[in-house]
Amino acid sequence: MRPARPARAVRPTCPARSERPPSHGGGTVLRFVARRLAQLVPILLGLSLLLFFWVRSLPGGPAAALLGERATPEKVAQINRLYGMDRPLWEQYLDFLGRALRLDLGVSRMTERPVTEELLSRFPATVELAIVAIVFAVGIGVPLGYLAARRHLTWVDNLAVAGSLVGVAIPVFFLGFLLKYLFAVRLGWLPPDGRQSPRLFVDHPTGFYVLDGLLRGDPASSWDALRHLVLPGIALGTIPLAIITRITRASVLDVLHKDYVRTAEAKGLTRTLVSRRHVLRNALLPVLTVTGLQVGLLLSGAVLTETVFAFPGVGSFLVDAIAARDYAVIQGFILVIAVIVVTVNLLVDAGYGLIDPRVRLR
Amino acid sequence: MRTTGSRGLRLLAFVGTAALLGTGLSACGDSSGSGDGDTLVFGASAEPKVLDGAFVSDGESMRVVRQIFEGLVTTAPGKTDVQPRLAESWTSSADGRTWTFTLRDGVRFSDGTPLDAKAVCANFDRWYHFTGVRQSPSVSYYWSTVFGGFAKNEDASLPKSLYSSCAPGSGRVAVIELTRPSAAFLSALTLPSFSIASPAALEKYKADEVSGQEQSPRFTGTFGTEHPIGTGPYVLRSWERGNQLVLERNESYWGQRARIKNVVVKAIPDGGARLQSLLSGGIDGYDLVDPADVKTLEDKGLQLLDRPAFNIGYVGLNQSTPLLKNLKVRQAIAHAIDRERLVKNNYPEGTLVAQEFMPPGVFGYADDVVKYEYDPAEARRLLAQAGVTSPKIEFWYPTDVSRPYLPDPAAVYQLVKGDLEKVGFSVQARSAPWTPEYLDSVQSGKAQMYLLGWAADFGDPDNFIGTFFQKSMPEWGFRNPELAGMLDRAEATTEQDERIAAYEAANRKIMELLPGVPFVHTRQSLAFRSEVRGFVPSPVQNEDFATVTLTTK
Repeated sequence: MRPARPARAVRPTCPARSERPPSHGGGTVLRFVARRLAQLVPILLGLSLLLFFWVRSLPGGPAAALLGERATPEKVAQINRLYGMDRPLWEQYLDFLGRALRLDLGVSRMTERPVTEELLSRFPATVELAIVAIVFAVGIGVPLGYLAARRHLTWVDNLAVAGSLVGVAIPVFFLGFLLKYLFAVRLGWLPPDGRQSPRLFVDHPTGFYVLDGLLRGDPASSWDALRHLVLPGIALGTIPLAIITRITRASVLDVLHKDYVRTAEAKGLTRTLVSRRHVLRNALLPVLTVTGLQVGLLLSGAVLTETVFAFPGVGSFLVDAIAARDYAVIQGFILVIAVIVVTVNLLVDAGYGLIDPRVRLR
Repeated sequence: MRTTGSRGLRLLAFVGTAALLGTGLSACGDSSGSGDGDTLVFGASAEPKVLDGAFVSDGESMRVVRQIFEGLVTTAPGKTDVQPRLAESWTSSADGRTWTFTLRDGVRFSDGTPLDAKAVCANFDRWYHFTGVRQSPSVSYYWSTVFGGFAKNEDASLPKSLYSSCAPGSGRVAVIELTRPSAAFLSALTLPSFSIASPAALEKYKADEVSGQEQSPRFTGTFGTEHPIGTGPYVLRSWERGNQLVLERNESYWGQRARIKNVVVKAIPDGGARLQSLLSGGIDGYDLVDPADVKTLEDKGLQLLDRPAFNIGYVGLNQSTPLLKNLKVRQAIAHAIDRERLVKNNYPEGTLVAQEFMPPGVFGYADDVVKYEYDPAEARRLLAQAGVTSPKIEFWYPTDVSRPYLPDPAAVYQLVKGDLEKVGFSVQARSAPWTPEYLDSVQSGKAQMYLLGWAADFGDPDNFIGTFFQKSMPEWGFRNPELAGMLDRAEATTEQDERIAAYEAANRKIMELLPGVPFVHTRQSLAFRSEVRGFVPSPVQNEDFATVTLTTK
């Protein structure tokens, strides 16, 4: 009796996904992306409505916040009249919506600068930080999770599981403070705060400091910027690291027990080949999904991390804006973050086709 | 399995080694050590908003504006006395409405244009003619506070302007006319909001250009962000928002040139983070030291410089509440609070117990106000006299905040509450985040009894008790025309001895009326590395980096 043909005969089921782009043809992908983008419209509209009324339901207002102890009822009323904050809410909302559609997010009352300008000047910092955090989380989490699964129920596995529990549980601000105290204050290995050493007087045309140094042909300033990213990057990346480690471990464990892996091993394929072609490729699908979801978490974690490390990104500015009841900034920033989170998830879905040939074939 | 295991272990070892190597390598690459005698890095609590003095009222913007610009007058180093700066002398008319300033000769703005009477008047006229959003108290706060209104008030709540006109006399003489006498005017001119900018640069860099929709105006000029041109000892070298601001020595400064070539101002909003940055050599000094960090700084051999006490912390008593309308109840509260213990337990050493609503360093301080010593028996007696049995009171304190006069509001609240309960009050706690909920509740008159304070902007009693009591305010809940009249007259008198007497009388009157219980005048501290020399702390934060030197290690 001829043995059944290995591997090909087995059609493993894909990990569950709500929706995946059918990738056999450019038109279909485009339709998928267009549909997802169209879904974005009601989401953003609903979000803008919620946000608008939520920030205005907070007690106090920007005028009182701006003037502090110096606020008098007359001055508060004058500011409210001047900026139209005494008008009916629905009128203010329509005004906001009309401007937002023209990509005008209004003007920050804290800085008197357009919100889009504030966003653009601060976003590169947060993006750099998020990239370092995600590289840290994936770069360590995937190998560690894989290793833990391969060495299931050994000390390596136990250590990874315990470590990831601690990683998920530790508050970001506490970890940030701890890292800073140890590596910046006590050991002096890394800078305690900011994005660049204050005594390096260099220009930053793109706002991405690491890139700017390379563009200027000044690797020393890129190196300096990278060193500033290490501690906040670790602080921000720890929770995603813990999650990615756990997901990778679980997923690899799952795949390791699949028939096609056993068959591949039985065929006499080398362990490296089995790992690369059969185990990792399949196991990484849920990891990719989770990594995509981490983007939202990273942006919210950035609020705390940036505050601890005086890292001038979007998060720390949002904290100031909330304290100052700077409505335009709060609305603008959260809307943009929402767009980013949705877009990243769309990219993750689209990216499925790249690493999963089964999706391409369907 | 064996093979996999050893490979896995190798991987783990690789990750660990890479991590260690990474940090080790970074240590080798450290190029940001302190000790550069040409650059001082200062840790500020926030970024400046803009560098146009006319549009700032926050301390961090004013700190930088003070290095780039100068006013007609300034305060003496470390004091509040008015002394010449761009004006070498001045006189006022007998009626206190005409002020004649004679300008220093040979002063030029950093763009090369001369400082003359025309330039001074151009600045005053600019402020006076502000329109639209520039009349907002969030934009031109100090103009509206000191001068009231504008040439054409666009809001009905604005009063008539104190400013009338400025006439350039012969070359160096500028004559400023006021609509009514004001002696506080001269002290107010020490504020950076009234510093003189180059009229040519104001125009060239469109300082007053506003665009955008009516409800969403925005400043589009670059004067306040890229080209602030004044006469000061420093010029703006670069300002990268979110990162840092760099000042460079003005080589053509008319006076003693700055000792340090570059001053970097870096915003580190968190007090703990500023401390850590100083300890790790990231910065050379910082402002607003948390009292809890004083010991750490001293143990590490760092310098602590104190600003003379120039603020007031008080328990406000809102008289719109029937209970607090009763003077005897207010007196009972004043006698019930052990202010000595309160200050000793909650504030750093050297903090002053307050007896009235302004600190002793300001002229017009009266030594003979009614004093309310700690006397619980007297408090109980006063309550009995008032016919009040088991009085109930709502006592407000702010959360999420540390003010110079209130470093730990909850701790102060607990002590005061305990003292009040000892004499029979039943105290109900009310707390809210500082801004805007807490301030909103207090300023709208909703809070019965509350903790609040004030840090003055310039060295004039008008900026303390004038601010509190010249106009009726909901937070105090009373209207007293006699006191308001006394303060109006005191502000208008230009004869210094008469002003002193008038403010002393007002202080006595206030402590008889007892609108609240003043309890503390705190010092604010700055911390520096031991190599930093020549920084003179000022009670009104009029601090010059130009006198600072930095010895190399």
